[in-house]
Amino acid sequence: MNTIINFFFAAVRSGTPLLFGTTGEILTQKSGSLNLGVEGLMYMGAFAGFFVAYKTGNLLLALLGAFLFGVLGALVYAFLTVTLQANQNVTGLALTIFGTGVAQMLGFWMIQSNDGLKPIVNDSMMRQISDSGIPYLRDIPVIGKMFFSYNVLVYLALIIAVLVWFYLNKTRAGLNVCAVGENPAAADASGLAINRIKYVNIMIGGGICGLGGAYISLINGIGNWDNNCVSGQGWISVALVIFAAWNPAKAILGSLLFGAFTALQIRAADFAAEFSFLSFMTKIPSAVYQMLPFVITAVILIISSIRQKKEGNQPAACGINYYREER
Amino acid sequence: MKKRESIIHISKRPPLSNWKMATYYGLAILCAVLISSLFVILTGTDIVKFYQFVIDGSFKSDLSMRGLVRNILPLLITSLGVAVAFKMKFWNIGAEGQLIMGAVGATFVAFTFPNLPHGLLILLMALAGILAGGIWGLLVAFFNCKFGTNETLLTLMLNYVALYIVQWLRDGPWRDPAAKGFQKIPSLPKNAWLDQVGGIDITWIIALGLVVLLFVYFKYTKQGYEISVVGDSKGTAHYAGMNVNGIVMRTVFISAAICGLAGMLHVSGDATTHQLTMGVANGVGFTAIIVAWLAKLNPFGVLVVSFFFGLLEKSSGAIESGLHLSKAFTDVYQGIILFVILGFDFFIRYRVSLRLGSKKKNKELKGEAEQ
Amino acid sequence: MQKEAIRLTGITKTFGSVVANRNVHLEVRRGEILALLGENGSGKTTLMNMLSGIYRPDSGSIEINGVPVVIQSPEDSKRLGIGMIHQHFKLVEVMSAADNILLGSNQEKKILSASRFEKVKAFCEEIGMEVDPKKKIYDMAVSEKQTVEIIKVLYQGADILILDEPTAVLTPQETERLFDILRKMREKGAAIIIITHKLNEVMAVSDRVTILRKGESVATVETAKTTIKELTELMVGHAVSLSIDRPDNDHTGTLLNVHHLSVCDEHGVERLKDVSFDLNSGEILGVAGVAGSGQKELCEAIAGLLPIHKGAILFKKENIEGKSPREIIKIGIGMSFIPEDRLGMGLAASLSITDNMILKNYHRSKGPLVNRKKAAKQAQSVVERYQVSTPSIHTAVRKLSGGNVQKVLLGREIDAAPSVLITAYAVRGLDIHSSYMIYDEINKQKQNGVGVLFVGEDLDVMLELCDRVLVLCHGEITGIVDAKTTTKETLGLLMTGAEGEAKA
Repeated sequence: MNTIINFFFAAVRSGTPLLFGTTGEILTQKSGSLNLGVEGLMYMGAFAGFFVAYKTGNLLLALLGAFLFGVLGALVYAFLTVTLQANQNVTGLALTIFGTGVAQMLGFWMIQSNDGLKPIVNDSMMRQISDSGIPYLRDIPVIGKMFFSYNVLVYLALIIAVLVWFYLNKTRAGLNVCAVGENPAAADASGLAINRIKYVNIMIGGGICGLGGAYISLINGIGNWDNNCVSGQGWISVALVIFAAWNPAKAILGSLLFGAFTALQIRAADFAAEFSFLSFMTKIPSAVYQMLPFVITAVILIISSIRQKKEGNQPAACGINYYREER
Repeated sequence: MKKRESIIHISKRPPLSNWKMATYYGLAILCAVLISSLFVILTGTDIVKFYQFVIDGSFKSDLSMRGLVRNILPLLITSLGVAVAFKMKFWNIGAEGQLIMGAVGATFVAFTFPNLPHGLLILLMALAGILAGGIWGLLVAFFNCKFGTNETLLTLMLNYVALYIVQWLRDGPWRDPAAKGFQKIPSLPKNAWLDQVGGIDITWIIALGLVVLLFVYFKYTKQGYEISVVGDSKGTAHYAGMNVNGIVMRTVFISAAICGLAGMLHVSGDATTHQLTMGVANGVGFTAIIVAWLAKLNPFGVLVVSFFFGLLEKSSGAIESGLHLSKAFTDVYQGIILFVILGFDFFIRYRVSLRLGSKKKNKELKGEAEQ
Repeated sequence: MQKEAIRLTGITKTFGSVVANRNVHLEVRRGEILALLGENGSGKTTLMNMLSGIYRPDSGSIEINGVPVVIQSPEDSKRLGIGMIHQHFKLVEVMSAADNILLGSNQEKKILSASRFEKVKAFCEEIGMEVDPKKKIYDMAVSEKQTVEIIKVLYQGADILILDEPTAVLTPQETERLFDILRKMREKGAAIIIITHKLNEVMAVSDRVTILRKGESVATVETAKTTIKELTELMVGHAVSLSIDRPDNDHTGTLLNVHHLSVCDEHGVERLKDVSFDLNSGEILGVAGVAGSGQKELCEAIAGLLPIHKGAILFKKENIEGKSPREIIKIGIGMSFIPEDRLGMGLAASLSITDNMILKNYHRSKGPLVNRKKAAKQAQSVVERYQVSTPSIHTAVRKLSGGNVQKVLLGREIDAAPSVLITAYAVRGLDIHSSYMIYDEINKQKQNGVGVLFVGEDLDVMLELCDRVLVLCHGEITGIVDAKTTTKETLGLLMTGAEGEAKA
């Protein structure tokens, strides 16, 4: 039983940065922009979040910093693709190169000014990012550990995902966003301010990705700065967007599942030890666990294209720039 | 209505003449270099020294020149591969994975038949690289043709599947028993190494050959013609009696096969330690997309653009050791240049004009409002 | 005195070197339906798009209710009470009718609730229109979509309505229903502009007509005091004889037998049901029907682009089922299909005229290279023979105007000397002069013994040009009639399937 609880716990922890990245990218894609720069945005957020935490020891400021850095990176993307009509794929890739570069350059500089040692946040900060959970509730057997014993960022990610889901599906503003992503010409003719909607959602989306970065550098890194910390989690987030069928609520489950693959690599031995029929799990190479999210996403992509559903697809105008006077 | 009319007006521009286009691009590059130089200065780096290292790092000695060429080649070949698919408006974002699979295929041949005659082995490895890379792309093309699966997202996913295939090989089947605690794939047997011509392995001849070949292919062959028609409109191609799905699959196969060949040349050439690693592609497949795009899919353009990218890559090492800057410094520099050039493209496609007439009128209106 | 709802003075708009509108004057009063009449390419849509905020005029002034305004965006336009129903519907396919209707409306609640469906329903009842508020747009027929568009602009409080060719996708009955709605709105004091090039509709519904010719407003007349003939002359700019030749057919023999043909589209929906007819040598067989009645599928099935579900198509007694499009081209069936957006089928827009000449036969030259020398010659001859106005034969087709694009396409098809020529919407977007040139060219083919399948929109033209007319309705043949003895009314009825049992 403990094995399963621990496994669930680990899966949630590994899935949370993905949830941030996915929620951010869903918001971006819903407004019609395929931003392949999530990896870069997460790197930028990772650095900013860590740096502020390292310097101030204040988690709130750190998260604000990560969010703002993500917004900033997304602003560059929005300016290039929305205002200057640059190709979205290419701009996104350039943003990944740039964002990764910025984080690693500044990270290198941070290490340098720390006499070549890895910077570590102070103790008070460590406490703030620990898995302290929710008082009283965390002591409930089983459920307490599974649901109420995480660090604040896990809950923040959940709240943001639910909020974004509510925003996109239950509010008028969200409906407008979807209209822009599906058919900007129709949205334009209805008098919606296309560019403003795109800018706002790309930027907020970028900010949320930035928070995911902060999670990686602070929580996954346990307060230690690592220059290669994001290492592909931005790309997994892009995959997860497809898996979640552009729905933040499904992204919560998806990130749990994808987090489970990561957790399985580490926990396979526990499972094998506890349940003998699972002993084959240790034999599965870790590469397989890492590969699975991408394989599953690819399969889902193919299946949904075979079924040709009208809904739960990529927004129709995603990836295509809108220019009003096109003729 | 009190709202003031914006004075900037944007409209589509008729295509520019080649001369004007070149001028605009010249301006764009100049601007890009100026802005990124500003960045260099802002970080407190000695700008003169910086560019000195950029130049020196690549041209100082025979050795550094050779290093430069080695840096350019994988990017050049991969970009050419990407350009083939892009010509058909097939968004192959999967060059990274196709390159990796090409390297895997070649390595497989080298490990399985190490004792074949050298020429034959190299040929077989190249074939394996082409096939492995090509099939990795063909998979996507197949689903795209059959069910309309989104190729951008699917190629993207397959990049990572390929990457973890290498990891699996490294940890399992191909693990080097000689390296005890360390997980790595052994180097290729010497028999599987590419020959050298002029101090560099023969990749450079193949790359230059490919540039010319693709130029002719795009411009003069029936297949090249088919690619442009399908890229323009699948409906038209179908109507004209073309086998659209066949053409798409063939073209994507060629595109991916070239990327696969790049992978084979990379592991077999002397740019690496003749060894398949997780970092065999190292982002080249992604950069190639940018290179192909900036070069407007022209093979000679790809040659020029990948030269500059290679130059930056190469100099990053020199800058790191010489100026004690992070290797990532050049990534940022590169990123800024990309942003500026991508942004500049706008001014080539659109005309931005000021509405002077209405501006005057606005002033009048504003005057009235103030009274 | 009441001010005009809209007054346009001296509007000019250019796209690059092309002048779309030059010094246009137009006014619409309240309680009036104004028809904006002009040939395709005369700048009607561009002009109206300046009212809807899509384009902005280079010069000239716009007054709404007597107040000079600057319309910078659709938002501004909406605020001024202008609502435009575009030719290509601007609806979000994956959303419900209600959500589309409420899109962009500022007075709605910030949080969505089920009550919005009720609200839309109530509004529909109030204005006497009907739509299922929960139905998704992708499940709707074209006329339903149009209804949603109209409800939408009314809901947003528009009292100035612009409809861009609203009847193109409607059956005569649906058109009549639409006109009733427009008349009702006129009574309520709305100002309505209807863009059209169909003269009988102008006469039926409008109070006044403003005519555009080559981007300029040439006249405004009162509908009651004008005739179709006068309007045509104003539209074209010179007196035209509105008669088309119909040379006698002195060929015999059947070229094409279509036998109980059924065809499904890519989604498996049956688009042609049990269609049978013959096409004879030296005959022009018209195909009439409301848009989307299966014309496209019929053409595509004959050209081998859509698989035959049931039945057979025989060309000179030989079954063409299973033949590839390329083989069908080779045996002599040529098709020039002009889709709604003109390009996208038949021509590759970004390729030059020269490259487009060899689209169907590039593969016949020997070796792996394309032979462009012959293509250039052919391009030169098409450009000269059909008076295509283009800077050079190396110009991309995209840069040509609509009429010239069509000439290139038709020229290539006729050049290939097919024995069966399928033309769909051959004169769509052409001025009258060019149209007549195309009719002449088709007649020449007829005299050479070619069998022509002429899919068209203008029933008057079809009755004059064709020998027989085949009418499609929902994928079924509702009648094949002799063009010399049939009236337009009969065709109209057949198009709606009203005479379903008419002799086939």
